[in-house]
Amino acid sequence: MLNHSRIVGFPFSRIEGPLKVTGQAHYAAEHHAPGLLHGFVAVSTVAAGSIAEIDTAEAERFPGVVKVYTHENRPQTAESDDKWKDTAAVPGHPFRPLENGRILYDGQPVALVIAEGFEAARDAASLIRIRYIADEPHTDILRERRQSYVPAEPRGESMVPPPPRGEPEQAFAAAPCTVSAEYVLEGEHHNPMELFGTTVLFENGGLTIHDKTQGPQNTQAYVCNVFGLDPEKVKVRNDFVGGAFGAGLRPKHQLFLAVMASLDLQRPVKVELSRREMFYLTWRPATVQRVSLAADRDGRLQSVMHHAVQATSRYEDYQENVVNWSGLAYRCDNVRLSYELAKLDVSTPGDMRAPGAATGVTALETAMDELAYEVGIDPLELRRRNFADHDQNQGKQFTSKALDACYREGAARFGWDRRSFSPRSMREGHDLVGWGMAGGVWEASIAPAEARVRLSVDGAVTVSAAASDIGTGTYTILGQIAAETFGVPLGRVKVEIGDSTLPKTGVEGGSRTAASSGSAVQVASKAAVKTLLAHAKGMPNSPLARASEEDVSISEGRLVLERNHQIGLSIGDIMDAAGVSFIEEHGKIEPDEAQMKKFISYTHSAVFVEVKVDEDLCIPRVTRVVSAIAGGRILNPKTARSQILGGVVMGIGMALHEEGMIDHRTGRIMNHNLAEYHMPAHADIEDIEVVFVEEEDDKVSPIGAKGLGEIGIVGVAAAVSNAIFHATGKRIRHLPITVDRILGA
Amino acid sequence: METGASHSLPSIPVTLTVNGERHRFELHPWVTLLDLLRGPLQLTGTKKGCDQGQCGACTVLIDGERINSCLKLAVSVDGAEITTVEGLGTPENMHPLQKAFLEHDAYQCGYCTPGQICSAAGLLAEGHAHSRADIRELMSGNLCRCGAYTNIADAVEEVMGNQAVLREAAE
Amino acid sequence: MRPFDYTRAETVREAVAALVANPEAQLLAGGTNLVDLMKYEVAHPAAIIDINHLPLRQIEELADGSLRIGALVSNAAVAYDSRVKERYPLLASAILAGASPQLRNAATTGGNLLQRTRCYYFYDPSSPCNKREPGSGCSAIGGVNRIHAILGASDKCIAVHPSDMCVALAALAATVEVEGPEGRRYIPFAEFHRLPGDHPERDNTLAPGEMVLAVRLEGNHFVPHHSYLKLRDRLSFAFALVSVAAAMDIADGEIVDLRVALGGVAHMPWRDSLAEAEFAGAPPTEETFRKVAVRLLAGAKGQGGNDFKIPLAHRAIVRALSQAAAGTPQDQTVKAFQ
Repeated sequence: MLNHSRIVGFPFSRIEGPLKVTGQAHYAAEHHAPGLLHGFVAVSTVAAGSIAEIDTAEAERFPGVVKVYTHENRPQTAESDDKWKDTAAVPGHPFRPLENGRILYDGQPVALVIAEGFEAARDAASLIRIRYIADEPHTDILRERRQSYVPAEPRGESMVPPPPRGEPEQAFAAAPCTVSAEYVLEGEHHNPMELFGTTVLFENGGLTIHDKTQGPQNTQAYVCNVFGLDPEKVKVRNDFVGGAFGAGLRPKHQLFLAVMASLDLQRPVKVELSRREMFYLTWRPATVQRVSLAADRDGRLQSVMHHAVQATSRYEDYQENVVNWSGLAYRCDNVRLSYELAKLDVSTPGDMRAPGAATGVTALETAMDELAYEVGIDPLELRRRNFADHDQNQGKQFTSKALDACYREGAARFGWDRRSFSPRSMREGHDLVGWGMAGGVWEASIAPAEARVRLSVDGAVTVSAAASDIGTGTYTILGQIAAETFGVPLGRVKVEIGDSTLPKTGVEGGSRTAASSGSAVQVASKAAVKTLLAHAKGMPNSPLARASEEDVSISEGRLVLERNHQIGLSIGDIMDAAGVSFIEEHGKIEPDEAQMKKFISYTHSAVFVEVKVDEDLCIPRVTRVVSAIAGGRILNPKTARSQILGGVVMGIGMALHEEGMIDHRTGRIMNHNLAEYHMPAHADIEDIEVVFVEEEDDKVSPIGAKGLGEIGIVGVAAAVSNAIFHATGKRIRHLPITVDRILGA
Repeated sequence: METGASHSLPSIPVTLTVNGERHRFELHPWVTLLDLLRGPLQLTGTKKGCDQGQCGACTVLIDGERINSCLKLAVSVDGAEITTVEGLGTPENMHPLQKAFLEHDAYQCGYCTPGQICSAAGLLAEGHAHSRADIRELMSGNLCRCGAYTNIADAVEEVMGNQAVLREAAE
Repeated sequence: MRPFDYTRAETVREAVAALVANPEAQLLAGGTNLVDLMKYEVAHPAAIIDINHLPLRQIEELADGSLRIGALVSNAAVAYDSRVKERYPLLASAILAGASPQLRNAATTGGNLLQRTRCYYFYDPSSPCNKREPGSGCSAIGGVNRIHAILGASDKCIAVHPSDMCVALAALAATVEVEGPEGRRYIPFAEFHRLPGDHPERDNTLAPGEMVLAVRLEGNHFVPHHSYLKLRDRLSFAFALVSVAAAMDIADGEIVDLRVALGGVAHMPWRDSLAEAEFAGAPPTEETFRKVAVRLLAGAKGQGGNDFKIPLAHRAIVRALSQAAAGTPQDQTVKAFQ
């Protein structure tokens, strides 16, 4: 039905856009109610130790303060860890706000002030006096990696490195061309523009919770489990999410605190965190990696070894897939991959845009560039020569892999063939000019998802699912898929998402929503057409009496024969005859287990970057980027392009700017604001061109889409780093590549 | 100074015209313009992204000039005319910048968007931007974590009608 | 933020009287720094005296040909003023290199002079900091000090002054006009800010009860040869790691008057007029500029994290002076360095 598309695949503007550009879109902390109380969180100023004494008397006396919560007076909640584990939890003991006086990380919430107004809550919070017994903090991964370990409980199958294959050490020793280097990536912070916030309202005899989350049903289940609430009485909404990038996958402490206070006080409560606290919630963990590559004189890989040590917290073993990409991105028969954790006195890291791949592929793709110079061939050519035609880690075929087209079209758009091989060979005034490239890969999978579709007698369509739109375009593409199936203009489709009471959907993460929820909407829509046809066939003298599902479609408000639109019945007449005013159907999608035994799916990319680095002043600028993407079917080129642009920009930040700076004497992050934690500003971003190459895939998902939220960032930091090498001749293996690192190299 | 229940909190009379509507308030002096807009006035189009003047999400126009409302004590702008994103246009009747942002997909999550649009309105009124590089530099007070920068520049450039000017200059 | 009393001053006299009456009072102008510091509990004035109604919003030409910029004139208004652009392009350029358009619209001339350091530890009330809490210690020494001072620091404080505007004003040898309980006085710019020494809590030499009324700029010969070069971690909306305000008067192929002020390297805009004078008569060549850099940085000392600032400052000085000599000042929009 989607094969002769009129709506899917076209660059519609976002259907929720008019609300966003006029300030009418309401985010989690933007809901009001009479008697709404405001919460402000006080945080620890040591990274390890315990609270010896906490004095809230002065804060409690502050005019307008209703109550101050600490570990000493926190209401009782669930006892067992199971109740605290959300669907995105990782092995270990989930953090419980105000559970006891133990301090596990800098910035840990230690008190909540509830007041009649925001200012009173904020100002009283500073009057809480706390005496700590501070332990010596351990926050430096370069030291703590000595105590690294293989996690006892894997977070997931995909995070476990495959067993070694071939004889990687021997092959490395025997190869004529080798590189082996260590790469250090500093910790990064998600910093979505919207602050984390939760508003708890009492509505319809239960709670309505507006939460900043990537999964309203995850929040709902967590709240019910932790507080022992009846799921029927708790509704969670996230109509609009002001960016998350993974930070909203797991419930954050403001959710717990807001619900706790509202239940205790039986009043509506809002808790909005400060920007400073955003640095304590979760982060992309600092990682130290060693990549060793060996090739023959033609550049054919003989050995790949990739070892990573990644930071996690004291209380949980957060894990991501950092190294496995190195066993599947290129063809190689001798591979050893290993992944370990090091515990630090920090908050548990979390998924941040392309978790694992952004980190591991950066190291791999920098090492590939180093290998190209070792062998003496063009970096793009090196990658072409090592093209993997199947996934050697798992011994599976790809459902599609148009990476060749990415190389070809990306290089053509960029003008890669005009690149001179030697470093420091391109100049422009004071600038050294460098061109670098990298490949990218991310898993393309679908998650179980459900959706409901309602077709009304007047031709209006409503799509419902507990999916989220975190800026990803979910509203629009779900609408497009339904509009296509029902042959109605996009404007006739109402999309309801961001509500836990709607059909079941997993958290919005891993670039799975478009393919999963989109497919569920298609299944539901087709079911509705089928029901409509059944009604039509039951009508006396029905012209569609002998038609089957495949024969019909909806066009201009009529159910018609595909081959002859003259033959058919109006939707109104069919529903009238059936005595109904609407048709509603449910759709459900699940990964195809049988197919997954043989096939595996990935998105791929090739990213080309131009940098200019002033020869004396050593300030790097990214002046041009071409990102070529093989992401299956593109449902909406406009929003899809934006996803890739966003990934590229965040990748530039990763390469050049972003670093949480910890004072290891105290274990405290010191640049916890947007003036000193630099993310790219307008002036840092010049031309970015996005190319979507043709890639047909009938297996990855029923609608042929792969998902684009992550792939845009993968490889970008390596491409920037490789371009800086090409410009300056300096190989900088410590990200971000700030002026001091270039100057010192 | 002893701070406690005995401390009487001062309130100051303030008059503001917000999006053409005149309001009178009695305000504690430590209430920022941003919190006044988002709280009592329920004009949540103006966003709190950092509360420190470091992200631009709270940008509004005060007497026509773009400023960070998070760093303005409301009492200190007594008598001013404030324009927020809600005052620029509505979904039914959008400002040209709002239309251009929609058309160019100059946002993703939408949270920095009202600040970007108010900032762009200020930029157009200032008249100091004449090129795309100028737009980039003079919009740099508005961070966008979704990375919509190139599309924002496209939207602002379109509204500036600058392409024609640039073409003329090139000829 | 702590509760405070709020009053509006209608005259300068009233403002000064209020400051004298309450040593814990602070003046509020644009608020771009003070309100932030109050939110962070770094500043907690008992009273705020709002001076936004004072008649200090004019840029006036004085009889002697100098320009008087009122303390409440916004940074943007200064930068885009036609007289400033024409006669003091170095100042306009430095202002446009700083902050963001929104902040420049709100921030004032007087406030810019009085803005406080961006040292992480100063901004964190739970860290020891001699500037915030005299005697408590300096956490930046031995800590995260990538952005800290390489010149003129003390064992009590290694913070830097964050302004761009002030670096240009230092190079241009502006005068600060202040009013206090003892009346009006004029402070040479080089004497307005101070080094930390044993009293880093004091950023400047204002006496208790004194307020800034205006900044005065005399005529100068630097229009053809000036440049403001700012190096930072991102290309806009970031504080300087190192900045250089360079200006020179060149006649007959010789430097007649040389001015170099550095930002991001010291507790105040760094200028060494004795060193500058040594180069009178020297040719405006890169070789000379390298000597200037060596001379200016002779006493530079790193703290570990900021060691790179020494070679970076050297290079920036040479480049800024080269730009100035060539008459190609750094453009603050084009991100390539001229």
